[in-house]
Amino acid sequence: MASGERETYLNKEYGIKSWLLTVDHKRIALLYLVSITFFFFIGGFFALLIRLELLTPAGDLVQADTYNKLFTMHGQVMVFFFLIPAVPAVLGNFLIPIMIGAKDLAFPRVNLLSWYLYIIGGALMLYTILNGGVDTGWTFYTPLSTEFLNTHVVTAGLAIFVAGFSSILTGLNFVVTTHRMRAPGMTWSRLPLFVWAHYATSIIQLLGTPVLAITLLLVVCERLFHLGIFNPALGGDPLLFQHLFWFYSHPAVYIMILPGMGIVSEIVCCFSRKRIFGYTAMALALLGIAVVGFLVWAHHMFVAGISLYAAMIFSLLSYFVAVPSAIKVFNWTSTMYKGSITYQTPMLYAFGFIGLFTMGGLTGLFLASLGIDVHVTDTYFVVAHFHYIMVGGMVMAYLGGMHFWWPKISGRMYPEGWGRLAALLVFVGFNLTFFPQFILGYMGMPRRYWDYSHSPEFQILNVLSTAGATVLAVGYVLPMIYFLWSMRYGKPAPDNPWNAAGLEWMVPSPPPTFNFEEQPVVTWEAYNYDEIKEEVPVAQ
Amino acid sequence: MANNVDALYIFLLVVSGMMTVAIFTLVLVFAVRYRKRPGQRAEQIDGSHALEITWSLIPFCIFMVFFAWGAIIFFQERKPPQNSAEVYTVAKQWMWKFEHMEGQREINELHVPIGRDVKMIMTSQDVIHSFFVPAFRIKQDVLPGRYTVAWFHATKAGTYHLFCAEYCGTMHSGMVGSVVVMEPKDYEAWMGGGGNQPLAVTGEKLFTELGCVTCHRSDTQGRGPNLVSIFGKPVLLEDGRTVVADENYIRESILQPGAKIVNGFKPIMPTFQGQISDEQLNALVAYVKSLSQAPSGQTGGRKMATATP
Repeated sequence: MASGERETYLNKEYGIKSWLLTVDHKRIALLYLVSITFFFFIGGFFALLIRLELLTPAGDLVQADTYNKLFTMHGQVMVFFFLIPAVPAVLGNFLIPIMIGAKDLAFPRVNLLSWYLYIIGGALMLYTILNGGVDTGWTFYTPLSTEFLNTHVVTAGLAIFVAGFSSILTGLNFVVTTHRMRAPGMTWSRLPLFVWAHYATSIIQLLGTPVLAITLLLVVCERLFHLGIFNPALGGDPLLFQHLFWFYSHPAVYIMILPGMGIVSEIVCCFSRKRIFGYTAMALALLGIAVVGFLVWAHHMFVAGISLYAAMIFSLLSYFVAVPSAIKVFNWTSTMYKGSITYQTPMLYAFGFIGLFTMGGLTGLFLASLGIDVHVTDTYFVVAHFHYIMVGGMVMAYLGGMHFWWPKISGRMYPEGWGRLAALLVFVGFNLTFFPQFILGYMGMPRRYWDYSHSPEFQILNVLSTAGATVLAVGYVLPMIYFLWSMRYGKPAPDNPWNAAGLEWMVPSPPPTFNFEEQPVVTWEAYNYDEIKEEVPVAQ
Repeated sequence: MANNVDALYIFLLVVSGMMTVAIFTLVLVFAVRYRKRPGQRAEQIDGSHALEITWSLIPFCIFMVFFAWGAIIFFQERKPPQNSAEVYTVAKQWMWKFEHMEGQREINELHVPIGRDVKMIMTSQDVIHSFFVPAFRIKQDVLPGRYTVAWFHATKAGTYHLFCAEYCGTMHSGMVGSVVVMEPKDYEAWMGGGGNQPLAVTGEKLFTELGCVTCHRSDTQGRGPNLVSIFGKPVLLEDGRTVVADENYIRESILQPGAKIVNGFKPIMPTFQGQISDEQLNALVAYVKSLSQAPSGQTGGRKMATATP
């Protein structure tokens, strides 16, 4: 630490050991940030290869087996090594203790352990990729995965198994922290919705992830020891696998989207200078989604061979979970009503999130409708739908959150003009990539097709989609470049660059190791923008 | 069926399109109308229970319409009409094998006439596949170890894509074929070519060759249940349960005879698991079903084979 410089979590200690053995939630968040960014670009690279292959109907860029590995590993890397940890492990880790007025998470060492588990899982995944990959599809459907493939199914399964424990431990840490570590006066009804969102997410991580772990272990057992669990030739039931897999993997969608909803609530309030519209409804909606989200898994299986009446019940329940999602969209919109709105980069991402999440959610209603689902399930319609939620929703929110809190994390401002440009590129590129896929799906193009030379009518829309993907790629690379640039050349950030409400803006940027010099006492409600006289400063 | 699905689809498009436009308009109008202006501060509003309830209930009611309409279509899709023409389908990596009741066999091509209900009785030899004909708006996964059923009613002559929609390994995207819908008289001509043996007759021969007939006699003296007229009827089991004798029940009773023992019989039947192919199994199922058809039925009620010493 240079003399005269304020001590922060970044300059308190130097050296590789001070990072790898840190128990500071903020440093661990940065470890996660580096790791998930690495995996994001690996997954993104696979996605670009997929899009390039689909530019022409014939299978010409890569072989069929390679293509199958590309979409499998794209899915596994993006879901388990980017989307699920992204917001909780980076922004949640960094912000939750500060937002509730605590020095750290409840279990700092467990927090570090969860990063190491993530890294071990990630290393296994990299080993799988570098040794020839895996081609089960990210869904591992049996008996294909247990009996018929010669690729690295076991290591891929174990990679996700281990990373799952990282997710469980993070969830556990957040639940305990939220219950036990809140500052005096920080009542449940004063928690920022960001914290509520992570609380709901953590419950899903705690209750759902073990089921995935068990399922993957059973896959490994059937594959290695021929225990007849899922393979009918051994007396097993392939639908049992699908039930177990989706029992986790549907709620996993909410692990990905709920933290994003938390971010958007913070951003919309700040840049509208308003208290959130319907705080209680928003918090309850988060919990409602987490709970009802556990009861809808079989809507992935309407044509899989489940009974007529089971399908009807799961269709009905799927509509129940849509209601709290609708409530959230209406409340964000209403929060802007009579606000004083400015359009900094985080707000642009929040606009993008609301729009794309709305479209992703509404197309989910199509899929929940049995008569439509039969036609469009396992087509590009589904691919487009879940990318609208997971990329259009979640990644937009993640980037919005990164811009919003980057001054706090790094102590530097990002360049606003570039930020807005990147946000625009991401929005345009995203829609160009995925909107055509809705139409492709209704036309009947099945997903996971390497070669569509039998149906040249699909080509035009695929070309559009690939064009969009290149724009999207530029939109994703830009922030990485200017964030790195800003760490050295960015304008030093004030403690509260947006004049935002919330404890995290009352500590210095970047915060000291223990966040608060003295124990804060909370006497205000969340989003008390009525008490903050300053507006958001005008961007240069 | 395709028309019903499209009608619902258009309804969903219109309703969700209106919702999207409404939300986008509100967001944009608010964003512009309430942009930051000098000297003007945001007006704090905490929320409104009335509004929360309104915008929970109204979407919920709309969603229930989506649900009910979709469920009605699905219900029809899952209930094949009586007297459908049946096509036994065996999927494998990476081809579709079809066998008509009249005995015609096809690979990756399925010929059907206009105006007839066609019921696909499908199983897989290896992994999960999915029978998907986009033009008919139908899709059904095809599983190893059991039958799944789909049906359609083609109304327009032409050749339509048949896709495998469930990822099934290397050549998943090559597991494609076509459904050729023909005018009835063209279909008759196509059917007429080649003297094929009806599937139920093949099954009847197998029934004798495999020795099934020695126990499953057409009187009450057999050591196994009399199979005449059992198809589609409830069967009382040894453990007191009642199951309906559908295709899956017959299939299971051949492969795992001990799984469901009929009341009053002993579990003495040997398993045929691994000893007969999926095609032979289909023929046996077709034969047992034919024992339950009225004499005026299309393939004619068949008499149960008698034991030949």
